[in-house]
Amino acid sequence: MNAQDAVLETGYQSGIPPVNYLNIKTTLASWLLTKDHKRIALMYLVSVSVFFMIGGLFAATIRLELLTPASDLLETGTYNKVFTEHGIMMIFFFLIPSIPAVLGNFLIPIMIGAKDLALPRINLISLYIYWFAGALALYGLMVGGVDTGWTFYTPYSTTFSNTYVMIVGLAIFINGFSSILTGLNFIVTIHTMRAPGMTWFRLPLFVWAHYAVSLVMILGTPVVAITVLLLAIERVSRVGIFDPSIGGDPILFQHLFWFYSHPAVYIMVLPGMGVVSELISNFSRKKIFGYEFIAFSSIAIAVFGFLVWGHHLFVSGQSPYAGMVFSFLTMVVAVPSAIKMFNWTATLYKGSVSFDTPMLYGLGFMGLFLIGGLTGLFLGSMGLDVHLTDTYFVVAHFHYVMVGGQVIAYLGGIHYWWPKMTGRMYSEFWGKISAMLVFVGFNLTFFPQFLLGYMGMPRRYAAYPPEFQVLNIFSTAGASVLGIGMLMPVIYLVHSLKFGKPAGDNPWMLPGLEWRTTSPPPLENFATPPVVTWEAYEFGEGSGLDLEEARRRAAAPAIL
Amino acid sequence: MQTTNWVPLFPEQASTFAWQVDALYFYLVAVSIAFSIPIVLAIFVFGMKYREREKYVSGAEIHGSMVLETTWSIIPFVVSMTIFLGGAIVFFNQMTPPDDAMTVYVVGKQWMWKMQHETGQREINELHVPLGRTVKLTMTTEDVIHDFGLPEFRTKADVVPGRYTYLWFTPTKPGKYHLFCQEYCGLNHSGMGGWVYVMEQRDYDNWLSGNVSGQTPVEMGKDLFENKLGCASCHAGGPQQRGAKLEGVFGSTVKLTGGGTVVADDNYIRNSILNPASQVVEGYQPIMPTFKGQVTEEQLNALVAYVKSLTPGAATNSPSPASTAPSPANTAGGTGASANNMTPAKADRGKQNAAGSNPNTPSNSNSR
Repeated sequence: MNAQDAVLETGYQSGIPPVNYLNIKTTLASWLLTKDHKRIALMYLVSVSVFFMIGGLFAATIRLELLTPASDLLETGTYNKVFTEHGIMMIFFFLIPSIPAVLGNFLIPIMIGAKDLALPRINLISLYIYWFAGALALYGLMVGGVDTGWTFYTPYSTTFSNTYVMIVGLAIFINGFSSILTGLNFIVTIHTMRAPGMTWFRLPLFVWAHYAVSLVMILGTPVVAITVLLLAIERVSRVGIFDPSIGGDPILFQHLFWFYSHPAVYIMVLPGMGVVSELISNFSRKKIFGYEFIAFSSIAIAVFGFLVWGHHLFVSGQSPYAGMVFSFLTMVVAVPSAIKMFNWTATLYKGSVSFDTPMLYGLGFMGLFLIGGLTGLFLGSMGLDVHLTDTYFVVAHFHYVMVGGQVIAYLGGIHYWWPKMTGRMYSEFWGKISAMLVFVGFNLTFFPQFLLGYMGMPRRYAAYPPEFQVLNIFSTAGASVLGIGMLMPVIYLVHSLKFGKPAGDNPWMLPGLEWRTTSPPPLENFATPPVVTWEAYEFGEGSGLDLEEARRRAAAPAIL
Repeated sequence: MQTTNWVPLFPEQASTFAWQVDALYFYLVAVSIAFSIPIVLAIFVFGMKYREREKYVSGAEIHGSMVLETTWSIIPFVVSMTIFLGGAIVFFNQMTPPDDAMTVYVVGKQWMWKMQHETGQREINELHVPLGRTVKLTMTTEDVIHDFGLPEFRTKADVVPGRYTYLWFTPTKPGKYHLFCQEYCGLNHSGMGGWVYVMEQRDYDNWLSGNVSGQTPVEMGKDLFENKLGCASCHAGGPQQRGAKLEGVFGSTVKLTGGGTVVADDNYIRNSILNPASQVVEGYQPIMPTFKGQVTEEQLNALVAYVKSLTPGAATNSPSPASTAPSPANTAGGTGASANNMTPAKADRGKQNAAGSNPNTPSNSNSR
């Protein structure tokens, strides 16, 4: 028996397929020069996790500073840099790439039965662009950081701030191309690479959500690139674009910035909705309620999302009549989100609901997104927004949507597809504990901020009046629970890589294409190219899965 | 002011439209609860009732329901429209200062607020206003964008360099209230705040007389216009003058060279002083030099106030056009009617007013 056979033998014994995308080649070059979407996704996973931790450290610093009314832990200038960098790291380098670049990259080709993305080299380039931009942003942070807020409002950012606006701005400019290329790649892939029988309405809703998100990425991101470029031109050459003292218009910047950054909010939540559609349907073992409505509501959100940016400018000196239009459209965009919410709930009805870790995250998402979405109505209602804008109410609202939405869904998705990505099962016990800690910690952190906001506590304040302290203490206490809940997965997931139980190809006996290949999948995803003969979310006999056999195996004591 | 020891969870209501904002807030809280309870309840009930009994059993074959989808699309849409309309009505109240307001000029600067009353008093980071009197703030800034935020009055507005923005309120309760800068403005942003003191009329009169009264903005503007800046050499109004006649201009619609019209509001006057060539009145040559860099924001405020005073009745703030410097006693006289007249008629008048004086109205911005 030669060495290779020995590897095959032990591989089979451990339940991990002998040759998969992870062990087919193990040199550093085979990773750095790979065109395999799964390896690229894993490299994204590691990278966004690093940025998430950096952003999280800044968040912890913010919460510690706000424990007391005075600005005593940090100087105000440092505090301003810390909240700015928290925003920049989290938004541009974690939230925007998180689900699309990690889970989307890994799963879209598998879910549609393709060998890879349509443009594998472009996929690798987008990773390198992201790395370069991220490194540049980190460099900007090392040499002194930036204090403009992640919104870079002019003329502060162009004329008054003496921090490293140019470096960080350039990093954001460059990072945009990574988003654009990823979005482009997804759209081309979904159009051209679907397996025989994989019709549009057999696509998992995860893929629909990513199609919608890709539209926003390729249409919106160029605008923020242009905006940052104009900012740079004014800052360097003093051409009057935004600064009124040299002939510019500061409100123009806000229009341009939010024209991208509001749709970017949907970049940061639509993929989460896609993940949750998968979780709710699969862990209820029931076809998702109103498939078409969920699919088209994603597209509707993407389209209407481009028309509501002015709701960030109700008190900026924008015409009240423009405000009317933006407020109206903001209300309209609430409807597709409500539709999704109702459909997810209805999916549970008469299902066969199990509460594994990913499902806990899925249900957690529903609770938090419900609050995040409803408080969006408060802010979209103009008369109320005048009182609430630029207070902690806004901070709480967007954390409920961004963290309660995207981050929770991301964690749920990572747990759900972890066995597929790595071939190993994590500890279900610790998974459940962590999911519950995250949920409780999150609410304790951000719910008090709604109350603070209504009382009028302004955002971006290093020091605040003493009457706001009690609620801030609650918030900081919650943040420590949240922090522990978020750190735990890092430990038990990494632990599972070596010590986890082999997951088997289909640990939950689910019908999606990703569960019909080995875990981890082979280099080109499927041993034989699949032909799809079943509908989406078909859990019964029509799925072609051997459920009888699986049931028998589940009943018998485990001998793997 | 809050004097109790327990944690305050709700800000005081200290202006005439505070109750409107709060009513909207409670309506939205009610809507949120009305939507959340059924959904959360359904998640719990379905989760328990239909939890997995046996491994790998699939759920019922239900794919959707047109009736349900239609229902839960239409109901949220209708509810969201009520939220939109409620918000719009309150918003137009907040955006529409009544005609009889007293004006206070506000200049923001990293990181302080400078106020000047019509009677000449200046204050820094503090604003004293009489109870029940409508106050309109005409605001600009010397540097970056700031925001004049008054949580107890439920209103705020960004203060933008290069233009005027407005804020108004009618205080309903004596006391000391927070003033926050609510648009991030750099290093000491969180220190850029102060207090608004709402005083009984008598106390306010005492406060006024206790302060050394300087020139009123109109007087200061007149002085700049006639002497210091020499505007009068062209704009005095005689038939041979090179500059446009300014009597009666404020609030009127003027024709511009090269077509187009513009309403001569504060922003137009300001712009004509700083960028005279950008909007030249029909029949005049673009020969006026720019005064950019030569006049401070306070002087600009004074000049605008003076030009405004040349148009009888145009100044939304001075009760009688004859007296350019209304005495405190005079001001007090006009108060009674303005205090609590939140009548529906105001909304109509409001629309016109918003169109006339907002910095971003189409008529004003298309010529930029």
